[in-house]
Amino acid sequence: MSQEILDGLAVIVNEVAGVPVADIQPDKSFIDDLDIDSLSMVEVVMAAEDKWGVKIPDSEVKNLRTVGDAVAYIEKSTA
Amino acid sequence: MTARIQAPAGAPYARILAVGSYRPERVVTNAEVCERIDSTDEWIRERSGIVERRYAAPDETVIDLSVNAAEKALAAAGITADQVGFVLVATVTHPYQTPSAASEVAYRLGAVNAAATDISSACAGFCYGLAMAQDMVRGGSATYVVVVGVEKLTDWIDLDDRATAFIFADGAGAVVVGPSDEPAIGPVVWGSDGSQHDAICMTQSLIDFRDNGGPRFPTLSMQGQQVFRWAVSNGSVKAQEALERAGVTADDLDAFIPHQANMRITDAMIRALKLPEHVPVARDIETTGNTSAASIPIAMDRMLSTGEVPHGGTALLIGFGAGLAYAAQVVTLP
Repeated sequence: MSQEILDGLAVIVNEVAGVPVADIQPDKSFIDDLDIDSLSMVEVVMAAEDKWGVKIPDSEVKNLRTVGDAVAYIEKSTA
Repeated sequence: MTARIQAPAGAPYARILAVGSYRPERVVTNAEVCERIDSTDEWIRERSGIVERRYAAPDETVIDLSVNAAEKALAAAGITADQVGFVLVATVTHPYQTPSAASEVAYRLGAVNAAATDISSACAGFCYGLAMAQDMVRGGSATYVVVVGVEKLTDWIDLDDRATAFIFADGAGAVVVGPSDEPAIGPVVWGSDGSQHDAICMTQSLIDFRDNGGPRFPTLSMQGQQVFRWAVSNGSVKAQEALERAGVTADDLDAFIPHQANMRITDAMIRALKLPEHVPVARDIETTGNTSAASIPIAMDRMLSTGEVPHGGTALLIGFGAGLAYAAQVVTLP
């Protein structure tokens, strides 16, 4: 797993939702562990799209349950 | 030989002369909304920023709401109704196919010399109307134009739908647009995207309801995440473009008055726009709810009447909603 993408994503989640960077670990669920609601999730996705130049369609967002899922998706899309 | 036709002569520029608004009397709290949906005050505040909203009385019509707001705007402008050349009513909740709400509003105002029509651009409707009014004044087809944004959304939403019931409400706002020697309304940046027509739409047509019945009268439905994404990404780009085309920067603004869709959309737009912290932002949704076409003039009136923003100040407006339609412009506040 790309540490660089994880770190970048942690900064985004922190900026959008105020979650401490240290809490943003691959096994954490956005909704259940980090308390990110659906609108914040859209903001995280939009910021990630801008940062890595990837496309994450609405239909895909619901599959990104954990931080690790999101890192893997971005990694795959930028590969 | 072709006869030479006289062209209309308009004013050099147009401006908003005055604003007026009407918020229905009945205050509806989140607790009351939650009597019909499985939700909580806390959840609604967190998701939308709405604390309470106003509902019109059952016998209060879109026309009544409009006339209340427009009369205030005309009085504040010092313009008599017979001077009005056009009445534009932006609404999606007038419950008749014909005639237009605007013709009845004009009649009730005593605007005996006015042409009148409705604009169906949902939450972008007021900004559409403002742009059209400016073109009329500058084009010479009307000297004074009344632009009303009005909705009685409670007639067209499902009060048992937990996705939309807490958001929408009723109200009206109006401005009078007239001639100006100085530029006071910037170029409009507008458009629509019919490919996303189902992002905010009715659950079925009235014809389908008539012919096939079914359990529910057509009501408004919305894909929240899709609209949120579009509003923030497209909205911030178009708002920035409106600033550039008006030749001003965000730093020059005395107010940012976006359509009061959802406080979370407003906050995300501020971040995307990198709006300087000193610029006051309309947050009228907190106590008025989302009143679609009415939200911008209602918010503008409140910001001016509370002294939060100065008369003659510079404001960035942006309306966005079903269609998906949007319109943004920079204006000098009345």
